[in-house]
Amino acid sequence: MSQVIGVPSETAAGEKRVATVPEAVEKLIKLGFKVAVQSGAGDAANFSDDVYRAAGAEIADTAAKLWAASDIVFKVRAPTAEEIGLMREGGTLVCFIWPAQNPDLLKQLAAKKATVLAMDSVPRISRAQKLDALSSMANIAGYRAVIEAAHHFGRFFTGQITAAGKVPPAKVFVIGAGVAGLAAIGTAAGLGAIVRANDTRPEVGDQVKSMGGEFVTVDYQEEGTGVGGYAKVMSEGFLKAQAEVFAKQAKEVDIIITTALIPGKPAPKLITADMVKSMKPGSVIVDMAAEQGGNCELTEPHQVAVKHGVTLIGYSDLPSRLSKQSSTLYATNLFRLAEELCKTKDGIINVNMEDEVIRGTTVVKEGSITWPPPAPKLSATPPAATKPAAAAPAAKKGHGHGKTGAPASAKSMTIMFALAAVLFWFIGANAPAAFLNHFTVFVLACFVGYMVVWNVTPALHTPLMSVTNAISSIIAIGALVQVAPPLAAAAGVERPEVWILGLAVVGVALTSINMFGGFAVTQRMLQMFRK
Amino acid sequence: MSATLATVSYIGATILFILSLGGLSNPESSRRGNLYGMIGMTIAVLATVFGPQVTATGYAWIVGAMVVGGSIGLYAARVVKMTQMPELVALMHSLVGLAAMLVGFANYIDPAAAGMFQGAEKTIHEMEIYLGILIGAVTFSGSVIAFGKLSANISGKPMLLPGRHWLNLAGLLVVIWFAWRFINTHTVADGMIPLIVMTVIALLFGIHMVMAIGGADMPVVVSMLNSYSGWAAAATGFMLNNDLLIVTGALVGSSGAILSYIMCRAMNRHFIAVIAGGFGTEGGTPAAAGGGAQPAGEVAPILAAETAELLREARNVIIVPGYGMAVAQAQHTVYEITKHLRDKGVNVRFGIHPVAGRMPGHMNVLLAEARVPYDIVFEMDELNEDFPDTDVAMVIGANDIVNPAAQDDPTSPIAGMPVLEVWKARTSIVMKRSMASGYAGVDNPLFYKENNRMLFGDAKKMLDEVLAALKA
Repeated sequence: MSQVIGVPSETAAGEKRVATVPEAVEKLIKLGFKVAVQSGAGDAANFSDDVYRAAGAEIADTAAKLWAASDIVFKVRAPTAEEIGLMREGGTLVCFIWPAQNPDLLKQLAAKKATVLAMDSVPRISRAQKLDALSSMANIAGYRAVIEAAHHFGRFFTGQITAAGKVPPAKVFVIGAGVAGLAAIGTAAGLGAIVRANDTRPEVGDQVKSMGGEFVTVDYQEEGTGVGGYAKVMSEGFLKAQAEVFAKQAKEVDIIITTALIPGKPAPKLITADMVKSMKPGSVIVDMAAEQGGNCELTEPHQVAVKHGVTLIGYSDLPSRLSKQSSTLYATNLFRLAEELCKTKDGIINVNMEDEVIRGTTVVKEGSITWPPPAPKLSATPPAATKPAAAAPAAKKGHGHGKTGAPASAKSMTIMFALAAVLFWFIGANAPAAFLNHFTVFVLACFVGYMVVWNVTPALHTPLMSVTNAISSIIAIGALVQVAPPLAAAAGVERPEVWILGLAVVGVALTSINMFGGFAVTQRMLQMFRK
Repeated sequence: MSATLATVSYIGATILFILSLGGLSNPESSRRGNLYGMIGMTIAVLATVFGPQVTATGYAWIVGAMVVGGSIGLYAARVVKMTQMPELVALMHSLVGLAAMLVGFANYIDPAAAGMFQGAEKTIHEMEIYLGILIGAVTFSGSVIAFGKLSANISGKPMLLPGRHWLNLAGLLVVIWFAWRFINTHTVADGMIPLIVMTVIALLFGIHMVMAIGGADMPVVVSMLNSYSGWAAAATGFMLNNDLLIVTGALVGSSGAILSYIMCRAMNRHFIAVIAGGFGTEGGTPAAAGGGAQPAGEVAPILAAETAELLREARNVIIVPGYGMAVAQAQHTVYEITKHLRDKGVNVRFGIHPVAGRMPGHMNVLLAEARVPYDIVFEMDELNEDFPDTDVAMVIGANDIVNPAAQDDPTSPIAGMPVLEVWKARTSIVMKRSMASGYAGVDNPLFYKENNRMLFGDAKKMLDEVLAALKA
């Protein structure tokens, strides 16, 4: 007997999203489920009852009928007390819960012996990305934040030079480069604005740049990455340095979009009233953290306010303002969760608490509260693991490899000089003058070689080797002078002519191979290098 | 030609050699650099032949020997394939070593040469002969083995004898002992025995040294042998009282030494550790990925057509070639693909790791042969930061030089080696024959990354298919 997934209308005021869309209904039915949708649930998102029916869903007239008929309920917002009352004993509920902020809600649901999966508690691991509804909503919110800002901002975003005069580009400052922040950066940059962004986590700098923004750093040493890739609360010294950066940006930019949230904590107050006053008249602040108290002191949650000539947008329903898009993405996230819950594809869910993703998402299991889950084993980017690895080689480089790290330590330099001094003294004391002449030439030549070769570009290392190889056939001279030397008168002993001649001639022949071959092949190689 | 005129010619030749090395500092002046080298060599040889140290009776011999040697050399230079450059260079090093040995012996048995010296000068002269032959012999046998390894006639795996460091030490002590014996002999016949014993030991030492070095360390070995051939020439110069030989030998010697140093640095290894041989033998067995996290997960294969699709949609592409490209002779197809993409406005660049291939600069030469313009070929440090902005990073027959374990896993045998960060690109495609590990014998976590795709098969064949799909 396959289970019924019910999708009621959202009851919260202004909520236009719906938890499933016709496309997802078809896929859920393929998984073996039956789907029931409350009449009019999709109206605000432009999905009529008829298209749901065409996709295979049953339409329930009232919320009461729908809740009664459903084994599993898919919702967007957390249920009200009234809805919990309608809920079937022992049923399953999937929606946003925010368990940290709503402990009472958890208790009420537990009293119903329900199993509840919170879409806001999906663990942040690679495998769970496809059901990460927070990210898909944040993406939409970031886009919409820029659109709202553009709506209230009196100028173009892009710089233009028109017959009617020059238009400077808008400057946008995004605080917090999470999913929403990055989406905002990308959207604003796409509209032609100059975008700057700041985040306490230094590793997101590259992502900011990849979206077309400029990363503004706070000059203070502190790692801001908390568990699970989210931000954490920072120290006081850091906050002070950060406030200075923000104050400076506030004077320069036209639009500020704040997205700074710390999981389970009220939003940090980053934009003070003074900063708002310092902004140009007509500037816009979009406070995406309004629902959690706001990043700006003057934000009024859920509405638009104009203070000190600055428009402060505190909407908390940005995704809902793009209801069709957000419903589609959310429905897909829910479908992916259904896939995870029903691996057998027989329309019966199995809340497998051994599975890391399902364990993390489940906040109430058959009447007992299972939130918070054990700490995630893997983070998206494990900072603790990479840090020492990166540090170790860097530390290693410092020793011995003079060029890359610090120059060799004073101690080893002293030892080297001492050794060289002893060696030179030994040679000077014992060697005859003739030898010393050659020795001088030799040492100096070594240094010349050293100086010259350092400049050689790595691309030419192979030709360098083959040309030095050709040049080392200068040893031919050693052989040449022995082929037929003018005989010294002093030679009293018999000279083994044949042997010497033989050795020397073979030597000349061998080095000639090298000499001609080496230069010829170098020439051949160098001719190939072209622009 | 008088003795003074010959000396002045030598100075001229020396300057030309220095200019020659300096000329190689960039591709534009490099051809002139090579020309300087040729002129310098011509002057040096002519000044010697027509100088006071060679009489007219030797001309026929000299011309004969040079014609024979020269034609062999020119022929070899013309037919050699660019992929075989490392082998050719190694072989040529061995010739220099052999010539140094022959000259040393010839000088020793020539009473006219030895007769001029007395006392300390005689001792020094004999030491010079001894050293010249020693270095020559090591260079000769070492280069022959390096040639064998590079041309795959000898296995690339390091051959490690038990107690090899002790063997080397014993060899060194014997060589020193015979050096003492050699200096204290009075006739040429007496001195011959220590000299020959030393030569044999030096030859064995050269073989042993290179046999113990793994394939991945070959760039270091080739440049080190290059350095040795220079020192051999310098030692010969001391022996013959010839400053030109000393200077040129020292130039070549220090140039090779610097190259070896650069190569070692590129692998984050100490020169001594490379020479002592056996990659990873100090830390554990080469096969194990250092006890650390074994990369887990699935590899995602990709087809040539899909690769072409990815390339067509990309705006920034970085190609990372390795030894596999040389083996498969795929550089021309790589160029065709590059040309096609560049015509379409794709920004294609090449990222070259300093130790990619089997000798320093090996990849650059291959790409140059395939007519890839050198201004889109970049060093590792020049474009490593650009990978996050890159849509597709294509790795062709390279492995260890793109291994993220070098950065992430401190227990990995290649930990700390600078690598090309291809995994930071949006998609990386690794072309490989199979899942086998690279020369370092280290598993590569890159293959298991989510944004990595594997294109299995012979690099040339696969790239041909990619090219066909691109053109379709």
